[in-house]
Amino acid sequence: MAQLTSSGVAAAERPFPPGAYPVVIVGSGPGGLQLSYALNRLGVRHAVISADEGPGGMFRRWPFFQRLLSWTKPFAPAEQGTRRYERYDWNSLLADEPQHRALAPRFMDGTSYFPSRAEMEQNLVEFATQTGIGVRYGCRWTATRAEEDGRGNRFVLETTDGEYRCGIVVFAVGIAEPFIPSTPGFEHVGQYGDTGPAETYAGRRVFIVGKQVSAFELASGLLPWARQIVLASPSPVKLSVNTRSLVGVRARYVQPYEDYVLGGGVSLLDASIDGIERLPSGALVVRAQRTDGAPDVALEVDDVISATGFVAPLLDLPALGVTTYGHSSIPAQTPFWESQAVPGIRFAGTLSQGSAGLRKHGLPANSGAVHGARYNARVLARDLATKLGVDPPRGAALSPDALLDRLVSELQESPELWHQKAYLAWVATVDPGGGFREEGIQPLAHVLDSGGPDGVILTLEADGSGAIYPVVYVRQGGRTDERTLQPDPFLDFSGPRHRAELAGAIAALAPGVVV
Amino acid sequence: MTPTDDLVDSIAGMALFADLTTPQLEAVAHRFEERLFPEGERILRQGLSGSGFYVIVEGAASVVVDGTPRATLIRGDFFGEVSILLGESPVADVVALRALRCLVLPGSDVELFLLDHPKVMFRMLQAQARRLRNANRWRS
Repeated sequence: MAQLTSSGVAAAERPFPPGAYPVVIVGSGPGGLQLSYALNRLGVRHAVISADEGPGGMFRRWPFFQRLLSWTKPFAPAEQGTRRYERYDWNSLLADEPQHRALAPRFMDGTSYFPSRAEMEQNLVEFATQTGIGVRYGCRWTATRAEEDGRGNRFVLETTDGEYRCGIVVFAVGIAEPFIPSTPGFEHVGQYGDTGPAETYAGRRVFIVGKQVSAFELASGLLPWARQIVLASPSPVKLSVNTRSLVGVRARYVQPYEDYVLGGGVSLLDASIDGIERLPSGALVVRAQRTDGAPDVALEVDDVISATGFVAPLLDLPALGVTTYGHSSIPAQTPFWESQAVPGIRFAGTLSQGSAGLRKHGLPANSGAVHGARYNARVLARDLATKLGVDPPRGAALSPDALLDRLVSELQESPELWHQKAYLAWVATVDPGGGFREEGIQPLAHVLDSGGPDGVILTLEADGSGAIYPVVYVRQGGRTDERTLQPDPFLDFSGPRHRAELAGAIAALAPGVVV
Repeated sequence: MTPTDDLVDSIAGMALFADLTTPQLEAVAHRFEERLFPEGERILRQGLSGSGFYVIVEGAASVVVDGTPRATLIRGDFFGEVSILLGESPVADVVALRALRCLVLPGSDVELFLLDHPKVMFRMLQAQARRLRNANRWRS
């Protein structure tokens, strides 16, 4: 009889027992699954461990109100399963085999183009099952040591099942631990994840600390029930429809904002919380200093909920030297998602946003979401393969005319460029033997800053005005020139005008191409 | 002590933010983003569009024009504002000399931020005036 672990999983069915592996991935959310799949395709041996009892990561539990912010369009301008369809499907993981692609729409019941949490979880479970990704579930990472063993293993991961040794460890553990401010009185405050059923707030005065997505998600859910809702944080609210990006509160949760501006009873305060006290009546008093110069406030409410964001559960990694930044304590990373301070420690999934890239015009990449991180994972897998001596296949040779065709085609088809604007780039270098050599998708910051041979670097970018446009960087003799192409209202860059612009942009390296 | 508390303490001593109250400093810490750059990484790229306004919290950076180092920036210094104010691409690279921790504001947010914080705008003008004076001394 198979021995059962504390989580009830049969030990005999559990892969990757403690031991030495070239690569260990920690986490079985979308980030861990996507990376494992890509490493398997490249033939890179690795182990995957997870504290959870099945695939899905944070989608096994959240979002709180059980519907995602990322869409999948069952009826899109491209056929399901094609590369182009990935532009419209933000939730399926990536596969090379047609039968494993576009799994998310298969589970959606048609009531919304935002999958429910359960539909997303089913999608991830199906991907892991169909593609045969092995994960040692019920195995919790508990501590980390840096310890050379003379065989290339630099790290020891302590887990509930024993010790894992590896040269490279990839953490795909999400950013889902609540951030708790040090403000006095926060012991009276409920956390986002502990919010009760919406109907239990009927007729109550609710103070939500925070004005980001999670705060507005709660406020949206409580609108039909709460008597009064106040949202407060030091800086003004940002709405994605104003930033014209994923920065700010998403359109799905803007209803409390409209209620606020139309005087329906929701209040938004730019204020820092000084303290929270409980009165003998059971009510709470929130004292806040306004950051917009208005008089300070002391407000009596029935409930205070903290929606102050989330932090990465990095355990002892900071003590090992991993540097972090920002409100969410995100590990600072190189363009290939390696800790800036501790080589050998990598990150995948939503943690990959710690490699910020250029953030042109202040707009971040979509690495914090599945539809961005899934492409990072594929690039990371190729980089790990190269590091471990498993050379990925070389790109195709291209004539100058074929290069132009390929640039046009990438602008129309490439989900990497569409989802990771000004972050992932399609690259071709000048081949010493003549013509060009496709180098594939690479991080833009790496391509621009690492030098290298003459070449053409293609991205799609946005500047916060609402326009999306192609940008071509041409590197010649160590100097890189940026050429911005015109936007198109229908996002079609395949016509004669854009072909001519592209030909002009690459003329220094590919003169006389046939437009 | 949270990361935000640390940041508020850190920027409170900078000339640029010297006139702000504690709640205003907290708002700055929320409104700006924090970024880390390892030694050797480019923060501003000469000739490339879409850069931001940076304030150095920790570390040092070199201003490099056409490959030639021209100046060193340290804690409390800021950069990137000239290209934003003029609507042009940066005329220099800025490269981390050692691990660099910065606050960053997107270019499109700078005008509104300065109008909301006229004392910061005045401090920025003072710093620019000093840079201009020093440049004129150097030329004469």
